[in-house]
Amino acid sequence: MRFELTEEQQQVLSMVRSLARKTLAPKAAEIDEESRYPEDHMRLLAELGLLGMLFPASCGGSEAGALAYSIALREIAGGCASTAVGMAVTNMVGETIWRFGNEEQRKKYLPGLASYSIGAGAFALTEPSAGSDAGSLQTTALEDGDRYILSGSKVFITNGAFAGVTIVAAVTQKEPRKIGAFLVEPGTPGFSVGKAERKLGLKGSNTVSLTFDECPVPKQNLLGNTGEGFRIVLAALDGGRIGIASQALGIARSALDTATAYAKERKQFGQSIADFQAIQWMLAESATELDAGQLLTYRAAWLKEQGRPFTREASMAKVFATEAGNRACHKAVQVLGGYGYIREYPVERNLRDIRVTTIYEGTSEIQRIVISRSLLK
Amino acid sequence: MVFDLTEEQRMIQEMARSFAQKEVLPKAAELDETGRYPAELVRHMSELGLMGVAVPEEYGGAGMDNICYVIAMEEIARACASTAVIMSVNNSLVCDPLMKFGTEAQKKKYLVPLASGQKLGCFGLTEPGAGSDAGSQKTTAVRNGDHYVVNGTKNFITNAPEADTCILFTMTDREKKHKGITAFILDMKTQGITIGKHENKMGIKASPTSSIILEEVKVPVENRLGNEGDGFKVAMNTLDGGRIGIAAQAIGIARAALEDALAYAKERKQFGQPIAEFQAIQWMLADMATEIDASRLLAYRAAWLKDRKAKHSKESAMAKLYASETAMRAGVKGIQIHGGYGYIKEYPAERHFRDAKITEIYEGTSEILRLVIASALLKD
Repeated sequence: MRFELTEEQQQVLSMVRSLARKTLAPKAAEIDEESRYPEDHMRLLAELGLLGMLFPASCGGSEAGALAYSIALREIAGGCASTAVGMAVTNMVGETIWRFGNEEQRKKYLPGLASYSIGAGAFALTEPSAGSDAGSLQTTALEDGDRYILSGSKVFITNGAFAGVTIVAAVTQKEPRKIGAFLVEPGTPGFSVGKAERKLGLKGSNTVSLTFDECPVPKQNLLGNTGEGFRIVLAALDGGRIGIASQALGIARSALDTATAYAKERKQFGQSIADFQAIQWMLAESATELDAGQLLTYRAAWLKEQGRPFTREASMAKVFATEAGNRACHKAVQVLGGYGYIREYPVERNLRDIRVTTIYEGTSEIQRIVISRSLLK
Repeated sequence: MVFDLTEEQRMIQEMARSFAQKEVLPKAAELDETGRYPAELVRHMSELGLMGVAVPEEYGGAGMDNICYVIAMEEIARACASTAVIMSVNNSLVCDPLMKFGTEAQKKKYLVPLASGQKLGCFGLTEPGAGSDAGSQKTTAVRNGDHYVVNGTKNFITNAPEADTCILFTMTDREKKHKGITAFILDMKTQGITIGKHENKMGIKASPTSSIILEEVKVPVENRLGNEGDGFKVAMNTLDGGRIGIAAQAIGIARAALEDALAYAKERKQFGQPIAEFQAIQWMLADMATEIDASRLLAYRAAWLKDRKAKHSKESAMAKLYASETAMRAGVKGIQIHGGYGYIKEYPAERHFRDAKITEIYEGTSEILRLVIASALLKD
């Protein structure tokens, strides 16, 4: 056991923290207010190597490792949660192409993802009737000579309209059922992007539906082998869950910091409200739960970095950190009282932004299924 | 970050687990039922080096680190929470302050037999009127030449009826309030000491708890632990470490609740299938397991900081707060999963629930721990 960061991880932490606080945080309110996709931020992240943290320099990445990635994502989320989810999905797509793609696919997409020159990465699994039950997807990819023809629709796809490459899961064979993962580029005939969803939070992140109307995708864009698609998307999600846990920790930590600072300043009944036990309790509980969530997240990231199994640990990290994070943001609003409810302070945005973290990339309910299955084995 | 146990940590885990499962677990129900002090288990633990895990070998201990201590505590508590607290008090509340604040002579005379388990220690801080407000000590020690004369009453003292040595807290200068508190190493055979009646408790029933009545007790000056007025610092510093031990105890109890519930859920059939196949049950199991892992990481972190002699007040408070509340929730869920069987003594679920409750109270209530954490946050 050792509970300290390496020097490299320390460096990532201080670099990203300073970027998040000085550059991203001041724009977060405006991005939220205008529901503007933060392309300027994405370019900035690309310059610092933060969009390709999980693959090597030979493909344009910075290969910082899962732990440094978790730290970076947390810090970015503390500044601007919408930027963080754009970063998270792009890194997840890059990592998945690195792990399962062939040399040609890696060379073709990874440098462009890391530099943002082709845009962001997107991951298209969810469908109107395939959410938690991801295996029931209906989009098909039927073999037709040297290509597959994709038909169907995807919903709630993060980065969809800004993606240079989208990983699309589709059924390649009905009996026995096989699923493939495809790399789809914008501009492919029959591929269209729907209008952006209006959301409770993460308003700067782009969330769209995708429609595939007899969309031809060349066979060389199949990721991995035929029938390997479901395994690929599940593997991506295991890693993604560490990312979302990190995002939640960043948002919640920022809310707790705001609440702590506010509690020291705000006076009622002739004293700082920080002197009341009611307020101290909320701060102490948030801090304790966030530390616990942080340790679970570090553990999952560390296991992943060591190349060991981490499915259960990633689920524990995600369900714990996102639920603790939601509670912490809720309490932060309460500590700020009326000021917590108005947009002059960031905590109402924190509360809206963090709400989705118990939902996407596997709901809390799916995480509990994963955990209990591993216990009952 | 490294989340692997070291070779030594793995070894003590195996050793403590095997001892706990073979020797302690089979006796846990009987110990709870009779409230009998498990002298034979304490003797056995002494032989295994578990009564002074983190004390250097030259002072009679096992010379391991505090993570080893957490690991061993968890395993013993998994089997029997009463046995675990006897061990915890001796390790954290007696050996640790002697190691940290004792003179060389005091260590030789008192620490060696305590850490090796030949003798047993207790910690006399709590009084009838001084619980969470530990600074409001009423027991007095008045200097008289080469000794102090002590008068007062200590309350709820774990191990007191069996103890040979007590780390005793007294007021030597009432004017100075908590800065007037002084700690002593008290030989329990000294004239003037009466052990009160054994408390009849809700849980950890085999751990002996009683009051200590001190009437004109003469304590030699050389038995003073630290200087006059250092007592509060000694107590708080000691409790920072003690909380890591209680966190570990709570983790062991929570794990017992989970493991028993898990086994029951796989066997018990209702509506034509094992109840483990219902999400209602799966949810409870998943939450217990996740919270236990979180608690364990918090406890390991605090122990790791303590080993490095880094500040760990906030971290040990977090570990104990979270682990003890996790244990209580796990105790509640463990009974719920067992249904009616959880409420009867044929199954251990109800014992885990009763044993868990104390971990939210002793060595700093959840309320005191939240104060500790909040004041650390507000200072930053």
